[in-house]
Amino acid sequence: MPAALEVLNPAADPPTLAIAFALARVPAGFPSPADDHLEAPLDLNEHLIKHPAATFIVRASGDSMRDAGIHDGDLLIVDRSLSPRNGSIVVACVDGELTVKRLQKCGGRPYLTPENPAYPALWIDAGSTFEVWGVVTNCIHRLH
Amino acid sequence: MSLPTAFTGSTKPRVFALADCNNFYASCERVFNPALRARPVVVLSNNDGCVVSRSNEAKAAGIGMGVPVYQVRSLIAKHKAAVFSSNYALYGDLSRRVMQVLARFTPSLEIYSIDEAFLSLDGIREPGAHAAELRATVGRWTGIPVSVGIGPSKALAKLAARAAKQAPMGVFACPDEPAGRDALLESTALQDVWGIGPGFARRLERGGIRNALDFARADARWIKRALGVVGLRLALELRGETCLALEEVPPAKREIATSRSLAYPTADKGELEQALAAYVSRAAEKLRGQHATAGALWIFLHTDQYRNEPQHYGSRMAVLPVPTDDTAELMAVALELFRATYRPGHRYRKAGAILTDLRHGSVQGSLFDARDREKSRRLMAALDAANRAWGTGTVRYAAEGFEKPWRTLCNSRSQRYTTRWDELLSVAT
Repeated sequence: MPAALEVLNPAADPPTLAIAFALARVPAGFPSPADDHLEAPLDLNEHLIKHPAATFIVRASGDSMRDAGIHDGDLLIVDRSLSPRNGSIVVACVDGELTVKRLQKCGGRPYLTPENPAYPALWIDAGSTFEVWGVVTNCIHRLH
Repeated sequence: MSLPTAFTGSTKPRVFALADCNNFYASCERVFNPALRARPVVVLSNNDGCVVSRSNEAKAAGIGMGVPVYQVRSLIAKHKAAVFSSNYALYGDLSRRVMQVLARFTPSLEIYSIDEAFLSLDGIREPGAHAAELRATVGRWTGIPVSVGIGPSKALAKLAARAAKQAPMGVFACPDEPAGRDALLESTALQDVWGIGPGFARRLERGGIRNALDFARADARWIKRALGVVGLRLALELRGETCLALEEVPPAKREIATSRSLAYPTADKGELEQALAAYVSRAAEKLRGQHATAGALWIFLHTDQYRNEPQHYGSRMAVLPVPTDDTAELMAVALELFRATYRPGHRYRKAGAILTDLRHGSVQGSLFDARDREKSRRLMAALDAANRAWGTGTVRYAAEGFEKPWRTLCNSRSQRYTTRWDELLSVAT
């Protein structure tokens, strides 16, 4: 699969991260003949991005999703090819504005819930335009 | 003109689709800014501020293609149109994504321009339904709306794609029965036929040919005399015969493309580099022939779809720091792009280079002409050394200075959402 750096920065060489890692556990003396061919540095893109053509990286701003582990400034991996499930965290588009929320359905009517008691749930009025822009699959939070 | 089957080769009917992104640059702007869907969107060229892409709303508002922005200021204000300068980094990346999705729907994809590709749909039972699915998937995955035209030849698929823009579902198939096809051709003006420029159209009109149907029905020998073999092939294509290889198709507007099928599939990096370098060199020649410079360069590579081996459709775009017509400079960028795109172990069958963001009338002059490589190389080296020693931009091309009137327009470029960490889309939680 193409590396995310290909997605993000066409001028740079993929892969982004090279971590040497021995894949086959060899009890004694017989290295797998496949090792020479299969060993490649671990590529985080492979782990984080299943559909490169449909995946975008956006930056979260605000603290309304704090209890879901999404903090101000975190990077969100958003896959547009996925169909959202009830309870998926999505980038939603309400009346042209994008927002990150948990998507819930009640009696077929969608509503968006924050993950912070300080914020109210957002019901979608019949007169509003609403669509799911993409499904958030991962959140990258820097700790150091 | 009908030849015995033995000469035309296969008797199997061919099915081609042309997938064409609607108002591509304007549509790219809307992906990351959905509020723009409610407004007309206009994209301007970077050098002279002329309109290069319009949303349907902007077209309806009477904002013309190619006109300088100052002439449509009042229309822009009246209709609250959003105006952007071109963001080729964004358009190139979204184009790459669209092509990757399209490649899932065909064993044979031929990239024709930044926003168009031909797909072979041979052997697909319901091409219309397949095209509808393709269109929905590209829209969902990338946010880009596409129209799809279907026909037994590339020229007819292209004609159908024009009709698809008007079709409610965005898909239009050239009718199978002769009467329906004739009606479609008859309603198509000559200048709307793929590959017929004003010169061809005038010559045809002098011969009493008024529309695409007249052209398709005209005597083959006459067409060949009047327009040459390229014109004849176009006429045959309109009759539904497949006779244009990709490399023979007329060039897309606003771009210079050179692409070829390689003589044989190869995984050899050196061979591919040589091929690509040759294409770039030809494209740069064409560029200088038009007295133009290019602001962006795009390369692509395909494997051979018909082989049961690892497949890869790769493409990448570079936005050049300064628009150029210098072969050596374009070649260096193309090779850098190639090295970032190429995947070892894949046997590539097709490669190509496309120059875009073309600017006319701000040519750097023959100083940089590739015919004097050594001089150019020495000059570049001196320039690079000066900039290394005293800071980037110390020594620059004179052409940079000519663009000052439009420098402010760069401020209206959208963020490079998909290629720069510091320009990611920010979404409120």
